[in-house]
Amino acid sequence: MSKKITYTISVYSENNVGLLNRISAIFLKRHINIDSFSTSESEIKNVFRFVIVIKLEPERINKISQQIEKQIDVIRVFYHTDKETIFQESALYKLPSEVLFEKRQVQNIIKNSHAKIVTVSKEFFVIEKTGFRHETERLRKELEKFGLLQFVRSGRISVTKERLPISELIEKFRHNIPDNN
Amino acid sequence: MESIKTTEQFDQIEKKSIQISGAEAVVRCLIEEGVGIIYGYPGGAIMPVYDELYKFQNQLHHVLARHEQGAVHAAQGFARVSGEVGVAIATSGPGATNLVTGIADAMIDSTPILCITGQVGSHLLGSDAFQETDVIGISTPITKWNYQITNADEIPETIAKAFYIARSGRPGPVLIDITKNAQFESLDYEYHKCTAVRSYEPKITIDQESIRSAVSLIDKAKQPLIVFGQGVILGKAEQELKNFVEKSGIPAVWTILGLSAMPTSHPLNMGMVGMHGNYAPNLLTNQCDLLIAIGMRFDDRVTGDLNTYAKQAKIIHLELDPSEVNKNVLVDVVVLGDCKLSLAEITKHIKPNQYLDWINEFKKLYEIEYKKVIVKEFYPKSDGLTMAETVEIINKHSQGDAVIVTDVGQHQMVACRYAKFNRSKSNITSGGLGTMGFALPAAMGAKMGAPDRHVVAIIGDGGFQMTLQELGTIFQTKIGVKIVILNNNFLGMVRQWQQLFFDKRYASTELINPDFVGIAKAYYIKSDKISKREDLDGAVAKMFEYDGPYLLEIVVQQEENVFPMVPSGACVSSVRLE
Repeated sequence: MSKKITYTISVYSENNVGLLNRISAIFLKRHINIDSFSTSESEIKNVFRFVIVIKLEPERINKISQQIEKQIDVIRVFYHTDKETIFQESALYKLPSEVLFEKRQVQNIIKNSHAKIVTVSKEFFVIEKTGFRHETERLRKELEKFGLLQFVRSGRISVTKERLPISELIEKFRHNIPDNN
Repeated sequence: MESIKTTEQFDQIEKKSIQISGAEAVVRCLIEEGVGIIYGYPGGAIMPVYDELYKFQNQLHHVLARHEQGAVHAAQGFARVSGEVGVAIATSGPGATNLVTGIADAMIDSTPILCITGQVGSHLLGSDAFQETDVIGISTPITKWNYQITNADEIPETIAKAFYIARSGRPGPVLIDITKNAQFESLDYEYHKCTAVRSYEPKITIDQESIRSAVSLIDKAKQPLIVFGQGVILGKAEQELKNFVEKSGIPAVWTILGLSAMPTSHPLNMGMVGMHGNYAPNLLTNQCDLLIAIGMRFDDRVTGDLNTYAKQAKIIHLELDPSEVNKNVLVDVVVLGDCKLSLAEITKHIKPNQYLDWINEFKKLYEIEYKKVIVKEFYPKSDGLTMAETVEIINKHSQGDAVIVTDVGQHQMVACRYAKFNRSKSNITSGGLGTMGFALPAAMGAKMGAPDRHVVAIIGDGGFQMTLQELGTIFQTKIGVKIVILNNNFLGMVRQWQQLFFDKRYASTELINPDFVGIAKAYYIKSDKISKREDLDGAVAKMFEYDGPYLLEIVVQQEENVFPMVPSGACVSSVRLE
């Protein structure tokens, strides 16, 4: 087996109950850990997009993608390496309000990291930072010493550099089968 | 402007949509799909559907199994013999979980079945209600598709979709879970068969370039080998396979599930590949210069060690399921699509050929296998009967026309090695999952799917006891299946492994068995028991002659081993004869 590399798998699918379970079961069956998993509507109405990040040997990535694509409610699966995608993660940091006013450093950290203050109340304030993993991670480390109350990071969201011909596929289907589906 | 409709047209519209209950809709949908027989077991959450089954009993015959596992295996047997979708129905909770083994079996063996389960009312979902279980969650990894219906309106469309998915492309099991409220609610019923699903493309256009590449490799080959699997049967491509084999002159071997796709008497049939396959097919897999794999998936029991499997050969793979391509074995040419079409195309373009020297290699190796294995099994020197002898006598009486249903273990390997078949869809066995207890209920379904044929279930004494309660179904429903128990008082295959690989430590493989004839008697099933060679022929003849279900217990040698054998994970050419 060759060395594992990070892949972003993009799954275009119908929005059906249970599909998340069906997709994650494919990884479970093969004992593959999922690094991150996010889902949202895609650019096409009623079509959903899962973005799954895993580390896998290059010779296995096509097989696993085929297994996902084989699921009835999955329209199409693509996979890409980091170089082939534009990707970001978001993180939220909740801190006690006093550090914002009493520790000048905190304001500098926020400014230098290009993070944004989302909200400030008497007790706490929340910072948001979107970027690469190492950027949100660095900010977490910097803020830790000021009594980080809560920290959460989203799964990766990504778009590919190449065009993904999903709309065409759906259009083609409409032409081929003018039926109820 | 809307056109004015005639009275007849109005009547048709009237007929199209009617107000009925969800439960009635389920039954009507099944009838619309041409289902005549379903197998099941009633219970609380499916009672409204059973009430409708009662009303529609003249159109839809329900077979009451004795356990849901029996129902689902029967549906599988029916599907395998007929090529139609088999249907099993069960209640929620334990009813649903008892289906699981059969669903997993159908998934790995690509059998089109539809399982319908009742579910607690949708207002109770997630409340740990009585007999509530997450059957959708449980069945997700072992179904081609599954869906939970929570309101009656969804029933016709979902069932139509279920049938379409189960039978199209690479077939497989589909499960529909229907909450009780959806069975009671009424709906405007209208049924349209499903012809397409947006996200699912079962039909693949064959790439002509792949055909050309395949043809060119075939025409150049000096020692080609065809390995065919169940894809030929599922794709109804038996005739196309025969034409291809005959025009190309290439020796053909089969996987266990490919058995019967080509008559076993065909001169180019060279036997079975795999762990207990024939000597020549395994050995020559590693000597051929071209391997043409048709509708098979390079299962580990076929390939043994992948690092040494057919490394010298170019490989062509005719396959319908893209996820099977390059999954286990990297191939040179992929012909993606329906093998019925691709085989016809390839046959059209190849040059007629024959490979007499190459075929002689098979014959020479067969001679070795015959001397070292077969002759001992057919003409044993000891008193005890061998499994092979019994299969040979069954052949004599079936003349290759029977459906043979086997369970799992030594008897299965022996039956598949020696059974003769003239017709396709005649070998029914649990291949991928290796489900003990499969044969008896699957044989019931097979007999109902092929009522005019002899259906012989060959079962070990271990497997028989896993689902023997189905004798009750056989008696009640008067299913004329012939049951042959090959009794060696052991879990023979496990015992064989213990002998060969665990220094004869027979851990929990010896069985102290009941009186099988007595059990049959208790179920009012005609039965007989033999242990002597001189009684074998007569006893089998009597079994075939008897009109109705029949159980024949044959006591066989206790410590017989199945050879040839490719040890698990070993190279196919290291196949052992003793």
